[in-house]
Amino acid sequence: MDSDEDFVSNMSSDDDIMQDDTDNDLSAAEEDFDVFDDEPDDDPNVIPYKSDKKKGVAFDVGYKVYDPDDIRCQQDEMIDEVNMILEMSKEDAAIMLRYFRWNKERLIDDYMDNPSKVLEAAGLGPSAPELPKLQPIPGFMCDICCEDEEGLLSFAMKCGHRYCVDCYRQYLAQKIREEGEAARIQCPSDGCHRIIDSRSLDLLVTTELRDRYRELLNRTFVEDKDTLKWCPAPDCPNAVECGIKKKKDLDKVVPSVTCNCGYRFCFGCILSDHQPAPCELVKRWLKKCADDSETANWISANTKECPKCNSTIEKNGGCNHMTCRKCKHEFCWMCMGLWSEHGTSWYNCNRFEEKSGTDARDAQAKSRVSLERYLHYYNRYANHEQSARLDKDIYQKTEKKMVQLQTASGMSWIEVQYLNTASQALQTCRQTLKWTYAFAFYLARNNLTEIFEDNQKDLELAVEALSEMFEKPIAELADAKLKVDIMDKTSYCNKRRVILLDDTADNLANGRWSFNVDLKSAASRR
Amino acid sequence: MDNPPAGMTISLPSDSDLSKWDVSLAGPPGTPYAGGVYSITVTLPPDYPFKAPQVNFATRIYHPNVTNDSLGNICLSLLKPENWKPASRVRAILEAVRQLLIEPNPEDPLETRIAEEFKSNRAEFDKNVKGYVARYAKGAAK
Repeated sequence: MDSDEDFVSNMSSDDDIMQDDTDNDLSAAEEDFDVFDDEPDDDPNVIPYKSDKKKGVAFDVGYKVYDPDDIRCQQDEMIDEVNMILEMSKEDAAIMLRYFRWNKERLIDDYMDNPSKVLEAAGLGPSAPELPKLQPIPGFMCDICCEDEEGLLSFAMKCGHRYCVDCYRQYLAQKIREEGEAARIQCPSDGCHRIIDSRSLDLLVTTELRDRYRELLNRTFVEDKDTLKWCPAPDCPNAVECGIKKKKDLDKVVPSVTCNCGYRFCFGCILSDHQPAPCELVKRWLKKCADDSETANWISANTKECPKCNSTIEKNGGCNHMTCRKCKHEFCWMCMGLWSEHGTSWYNCNRFEEKSGTDARDAQAKSRVSLERYLHYYNRYANHEQSARLDKDIYQKTEKKMVQLQTASGMSWIEVQYLNTASQALQTCRQTLKWTYAFAFYLARNNLTEIFEDNQKDLELAVEALSEMFEKPIAELADAKLKVDIMDKTSYCNKRRVILLDDTADNLANGRWSFNVDLKSAASRR
Repeated sequence: MDNPPAGMTISLPSDSDLSKWDVSLAGPPGTPYAGGVYSITVTLPPDYPFKAPQVNFATRIYHPNVTNDSLGNICLSLLKPENWKPASRVRAILEAVRQLLIEPNPEDPLETRIAEEFKSNRAEFDKNVKGYVARYAKGAAK
């Protein structure tokens, strides 16, 4: 698989953290399983389809989930390294790394090249060795608040711009709390670009503010690194690392990842998982569904404007002799010319050139076909989307059902877990099915498309069958045979899903799909 | 302010409220704005000087960096949170506003159409500016 080779080289190119994981794609895929293995098996948030995943299947991308402590550790390691190699304080190393967006190699190269220029650009300027401290200076007047009381404590960074402690504190509080700034807080002096380091900050602010500052710094670390992204689930503090960071990779792969919190999302566009459809198609599809371009399409397929008053007219039968209801203008529907000029050739418009007449009819017919095609796919997409929304209710219903079932049948909690598994398989499969329709809308017809549609049909049938079993009343669910059936169907659904995704991902990676829109040019334009 | 920048007078509309300033700015000579008198409001937020003041044109003005409406919002890099420093001075802002009339910044416009016109058809731009001066910025009428 060429694509996997690509990712491996991308991941290891300038990113030492990933190197350990990217010796080959198998180990990268294994990382992905570690994520699940760390979790207790009864965690209801983990989507339990891991058993169906084979190692190295085409739709899996290597990724790793980091919790806030991991993120902090990574930063500290890099800071320590720079601190040792360049013999600068940790505070300064941190500022430098942030300035270079955590590209350590480039930082070291540039620094070796021209230390003073790099220091200046990063906001460190020429440094003095002494530690920052608060001190009273005789005859000092704060330039911000004009306070000049005897013994007033003041602070200045190495740039020497000195302000009273109260003003400094308020300035930092404003930056951190109100503006959410951390990595690039400059000296309060007008035009001075010196960046405040964390040791000076510690000296000045409250613990609460310091924690917030640290949190913000962590945030910039993740945001600065192209291989790291926050899990978009609400309140999830984790970040995911994945080697997909170039836009062009997204033509070849749909990098779905699953956070430790259980949320599945696309690393490429941060939307909820949309396998098998590539990001670009998803973007177009969502736009197409959101704007009313199809309304316009319908209008153009079915209506014309009155040549005189521009009222929109739908011709719902009858002959070509039109009389506008509004302005009473009489014209020919075919050539849009004045009816009175038609002379004797009434009811048979010959003023319209043969060729352009056919063209116009063709254009109208085409427009109509494309509209019907869109609606075909849209209705199925929307149907699964709605079902997926209902799945949220189903999940809650499942929990209730499981409790009822335990009392009704005397089954233990463990023994009713199959319902939970089934419910989650349903949700996952519906999500996939939904996107297969958006994907299919953009597919050009060929043999591969037929295989795809067969896979899609198989998955859909399996999902609907499972869905039906799942809705059965408690009395029937207690039946041991139905339990086996549901478990079988669940695993069958998951298998069909894997087969479908594997096939589409493989073809995508090898560029075998042909789309009826140009994906690549659109991606590079953006 | 003891010593306001050239062409400006500053007054406080209310003695009890020091957070609102009225500034009157004469259109700088040698620019199409010359002859106009612009009223500018400076509002100091409660957190001043830790937050930047808000500056608006109260007089309508035809300019790429000022919204062409009754709000008169100004796009001034000095006032953006990442550039504002507590030690910055209101005086510097007023000077920057005046400088913006001498030298509009069409690369960073609030009114793209006016910026386009400023770049491609200076004569038309100047004419429009003068039209606005005559209509809105004749100080005596105010």
